Amino acid sequence: MRKFEPEHDGKWAKLHPVWDGFYTFLFTPGETTQKGAHIRDGIDLKRTMFMVVLALVPCLLFGIYNTGHWHYVAETGNYNLPFMDMFGDKLIYGLWQVIPIVIVSYLVGLGVEFAFCIKNGHAIQEGFLVSGMLIPLIVPADVPLWMVAVATVFAVVIGKEVFGGTGMNIVNVALTARAFLFFGYPTMMSGDKVWMSGSGDMTLADGFSGATPLGELASFTGPKADWAIQGGLEAFSAKWSLMDSFYGLVPGSIGETSVIAILLGAALLLYTGIASWKIMVSFILGGLGMAFLFNAFPANLYMELDAFHQIFLGGFMFGAVFMATDPVTAAQTSTGKYIYGLLGGAFAILVRVVNPAYPEGVMMAILFMNVMAPMIDHYVIQSNIKRRLKRLKTA
Amino acid sequence: MSENQEKAPREPLFSKKNKRLMTDPIDNDNPVTLQVLGICSALAITVSIEQALVMTGSVFFVLGMGNIIISMLRNLIPSRIRIIVQLVVVAALVIIVNEVLKAYMPDIAEKLSVFVGLIITNCIIMGRFEAFAMGNKPWPSFLDAVGNTLGYGIVLVLVSLMREVFGAGKLFGFELFGDRIAKTGLYKYGYMDNNLIILAPFALFAVALIIWAQRARNKALIEDE
Repeated sequence: MRKFEPEHDGKWAKLHPVWDGFYTFLFTPGETTQKGAHIRDGIDLKRTMFMVVLALVPCLLFGIYNTGHWHYVAETGNYNLPFMDMFGDKLIYGLWQVIPIVIVSYLVGLGVEFAFCIKNGHAIQEGFLVSGMLIPLIVPADVPLWMVAVATVFAVVIGKEVFGGTGMNIVNVALTARAFLFFGYPTMMSGDKVWMSGSGDMTLADGFSGATPLGELASFTGPKADWAIQGGLEAFSAKWSLMDSFYGLVPGSIGETSVIAILLGAALLLYTGIASWKIMVSFILGGLGMAFLFNAFPANLYMELDAFHQIFLGGFMFGAVFMATDPVTAAQTSTGKYIYGLLGGAFAILVRVVNPAYPEGVMMAILFMNVMAPMIDHYVIQSNIKRRLKRLKTA
Repeated sequence: MSENQEKAPREPLFSKKNKRLMTDPIDNDNPVTLQVLGICSALAITVSIEQALVMTGSVFFVLGMGNIIISMLRNLIPSRIRIIVQLVVVAALVIIVNEVLKAYMPDIAEKLSVFVGLIITNCIIMGRFEAFAMGNKPWPSFLDAVGNTLGYGIVLVLVSLMREVFGAGKLFGFELFGDRIAKTGLYKYGYMDNNLIILAPFALFAVALIIWAQRARNKALIEDE
């Protein structure tokens, strides 16, 4: 591959970043830093990013299966369709729906990234390797491909490149894409028509609804006649049990449903030390705390939902493990990470429960905390300085 | 005194200096994208081009007349109460505009609602009164108003163009991409209007994009860190 390297002053010099990007992606470069206080290690951004993508694979695989599963559930009208029934059909349908989204997300995102790197003469940084995988996992399987493309362009340009590219972004790129879709095309991103793939065009069986568990829960804040599930929380828990959420057999965005797949990814991220356990743990604690608070002072049925069930639903765990821990947009200081996580988790549940118009509060909560992270860091550092100054004076 | 004045050569109406008063605010000294004034109205009324144009017209009337009036009064206004005097002038002019709009364009007046009244608080107007009309003769002040209104209007029209075409799928109220309910034209192939673009925050993105394009073209506009 060396022989394809463009000369630095040659005709193809502009394309050098592209060559460099592919070269270092495929091979570990032989050169190491010669001077200065640098860690001389083979691991670089690409390996780090690749590890995260690897951690996302269980979610992706389960998401593919789950997409097919709910397609056939909607078709047969049988909520309790056994796991193994029509396994092959489900898998093929899921692949057919999900893989194009992944391809579009990567092609468009890397295209934009490469274009900016070539124009600015920067080395290509594979920050998008992760975002490109996250975007498909946080959208419903029915999302039209052109919307994915538009959202990806928006997220990479407005969310990242204008701030200076990889490592400089203020908000999480994948969540920017999702927020763009959520506000731009609400009919494709919420409601009860999009979560079971293909159900928008079907005539559904009587009494069958394509809503997600969270969508059905949101009706518990209104008058009793409007409840999607009559019989209250017991009936809800019978339909969508805690274990369903744990295994992931609930409708939702492609990769967010299975807690077990997410935990597998989390284990890898924590083992390799890529994601911060402080953020993960405090995010979950924050969510649990808020849920317990609602449990203690319930104003409606939604607030009485068991706290553990609450955090297993929707994208909460996915957000906690893969989104909130984004090292660029999260808080950097150690204390800051706890504050960031606790508030993020608490806001996620708060938005979800208190505002039924946003059944999924995790996206809002994390984006909000992304924006707040620099301020948290600032105050953590300032208070540290103050504390040490005081110690200096008394000594 | 009078002899001296007669001797001084009369400045032509469109001297180089005067022309710059008109052209500078359109690009290199744009009130919206460089001075970042008048952003509030750029967010509020840029959903359709029609509204943007009417708004620009209203601002032109208020700023043009106001600049002339303030410029004529500039030596009479005690500097301690100048802001109050300026406010009275703007308020009077805005009320005139509001009444005219209500009488002759009730539909648009209803859509613009409070934002016509809020021209009073449009920072561009008070800014020009303070920065220019208080220290210059009526004619240059008028040209300054023309230039600033054009700069303001261009940004408004660009933003509303983006928002009307991609947000509502219309241009001057004409359906560009077919009927979205009957699913004709582009809508047949799954195209959907972007709801985010209708929401006010998108105008911020739009203004930011214009600022980006402008500074990429003219590097001199980039501020030092």
